[in-house]
Amino acid sequence: MIVYILKRLAIAIPTLLVLIIASFLLMHTAPGGPFTSERAVPPEVLANLNAKYGLDQPLWKQIATYLWNVVAHFDFGPSFSYKDRSVNDIIAQGFPVTLTYGFLSFIAAVLVGVTLGVTAAIKRNSWLDYLAVGISIGAQVLPNFVMAPILVLIFTLSLHWLPGGGWSFDDPRFWIMPVIALSTSYMASIARITRSSMLETLSSNHIRTARAKGLPKRKIIMRHALKPALLPVISYLGPAFVSMITGSVIVDVYFTTGGIGKSFVDSALNRDYAVMMGITILLGTLTILFNLVVDIVYGWIDPKIRY
Amino acid sequence: MVIDESKMTSLAEATSREDVAGRSLWADARRRFFNNKAAIFGLGLLAFVVAFALFGNLIAAWNNSDIDYKVMGDATASAPSFANGHYFGADDLGRDLFARTVQGTQISLLVGVIGTLIAVSVGTVYGAISGYFGGRVDGFMMRLVDILLAIPYMFVLILLLVMYGRSIGMLFVGVGLISWLEMARIVRGQTLTLKNRDYVEAARAIGVPAPTIIRRHILPNLVGVVVVFATLLVPLMILTESFISFLGLGVQEPQTSLGALISEGAGTMSYGTLWQLAFPLFFFVTTLFGFYFVGDGLRDALDPKER
Repeated sequence: MIVYILKRLAIAIPTLLVLIIASFLLMHTAPGGPFTSERAVPPEVLANLNAKYGLDQPLWKQIATYLWNVVAHFDFGPSFSYKDRSVNDIIAQGFPVTLTYGFLSFIAAVLVGVTLGVTAAIKRNSWLDYLAVGISIGAQVLPNFVMAPILVLIFTLSLHWLPGGGWSFDDPRFWIMPVIALSTSYMASIARITRSSMLETLSSNHIRTARAKGLPKRKIIMRHALKPALLPVISYLGPAFVSMITGSVIVDVYFTTGGIGKSFVDSALNRDYAVMMGITILLGTLTILFNLVVDIVYGWIDPKIRY
Repeated sequence: MVIDESKMTSLAEATSREDVAGRSLWADARRRFFNNKAAIFGLGLLAFVVAFALFGNLIAAWNNSDIDYKVMGDATASAPSFANGHYFGADDLGRDLFARTVQGTQISLLVGVIGTLIAVSVGTVYGAISGYFGGRVDGFMMRLVDILLAIPYMFVLILLLVMYGRSIGMLFVGVGLISWLEMARIVRGQTLTLKNRDYVEAARAIGVPAPTIIRRHILPNLVGVVVVFATLLVPLMILTESFISFLGLGVQEPQTSLGALISEGAGTMSYGTLWQLAFPLFFFVTTLFGFYFVGDGLRDALDPKER
């Protein structure tokens, strides 16, 4: 097991380094520098500015410095468009919000999706099954940026039940629409995957044996069927996590929740490369760590994985 | 020797009859596909959307860039009506929404198809090379794919778009370049099984060089998998493009796409101009449904075991 985890780590760490170096090089080769503006800056001033921010150093040294600051101090440097704020300040302000509704969405997607999928598989060809299949087909064409306006249309503009945007940590009414908008399509995918793998598991030999020796149905499902049936779901969680992180940008922008997604889009429009890179690296790191956890859980559950 | 007259004539008949044409794989697949109601329905949806994109401008009463000052800024006057030629109403700048939706559908379809073509060509070649050569080459090439897959590509794509200009060409290339990874994996897996077939071994035995074997014997046998995957990739491309355009980072005015139109519609729906959301959304959902149904149908038709 330890060897397996080490092997996974041996992939995760280079991935992280590639991500950081690649985005740094991207930023470096981008046309225009941070001090390019309409007003010409005297060359002496520009040289001073470059020296202050270390931009006169050779490229490898700049990369090394950036890497060191990021890895050792979690310091993404100053923002290019806000004088008094560092990238860290911007992330610290928005990240808790994104993390809160992101976590809730993830839990909701997994719990509801698995329950729906398992129920649909057990009661195959019942109205419940058709409902679950119908939802999962429908949700494929309703990504978060389509769900968000529709939800606002229903719950805010028509029913006046929920606030159409904003965020408060104390008032769960602000959380409902972001969570629904973000989780629906993943919930549907998880339900579909669970259903088909559960159906496959239920027709396998070890379940037939369990049924033959007279175990109650509930016990068969909880003890014998659920674990193998969840393996495909677990391997879907990695990609789902990535697209949920991506989807949080839509939620932040559309519901003005004040999360880091909004900062990312703003910095993209302002060409604030430092903030963009900081957020990309942060979310990339999260993704890689999450994939690592998924891999370890998978190896722990599936005895067929050799490590 | 007595010759049995009747036996001889039946033999003569049998030999003169034309050979019964064996059903080829493709004929079989075609039959299965056309027996699949959902796939036919999907094909119908796609035909409708493509016809709308190609010929919509012929029946549009307005140009997509002309501003109708009579309805501009007037929520009730810009509602859909046949009297003033705005079949789908007008947008908040007084432009005809029908013509705009035609334009948006064109761009979205174009992004989907071109992005898929790029992804398919890069992914197929990469996967075929990696799978055919195997060993250390394969290990290295697939490790690279693993690393790239773990990166939240949407952020990198936005980073690219911002740094190198938000042109439509960049969008096509960017969307295509980030989605060849899955394709490469699938093609590699298929190649691994193909390369041990007898005919490949025979070709290798008579000294056919590797690039020729890949081109003549491996690639043609990959067509089925590639076609299925490509059909399912198109809606993903459209989704990605719409996602970016929804954030205002993709297609720029005066160009538009379904995502950009949905974004505009979502922004103005609180003024009661619901048609600005409904019509683009309808075509968006129809397109996605069409591609998903056709893709599923193709998969069932070409790979009957997978059901």
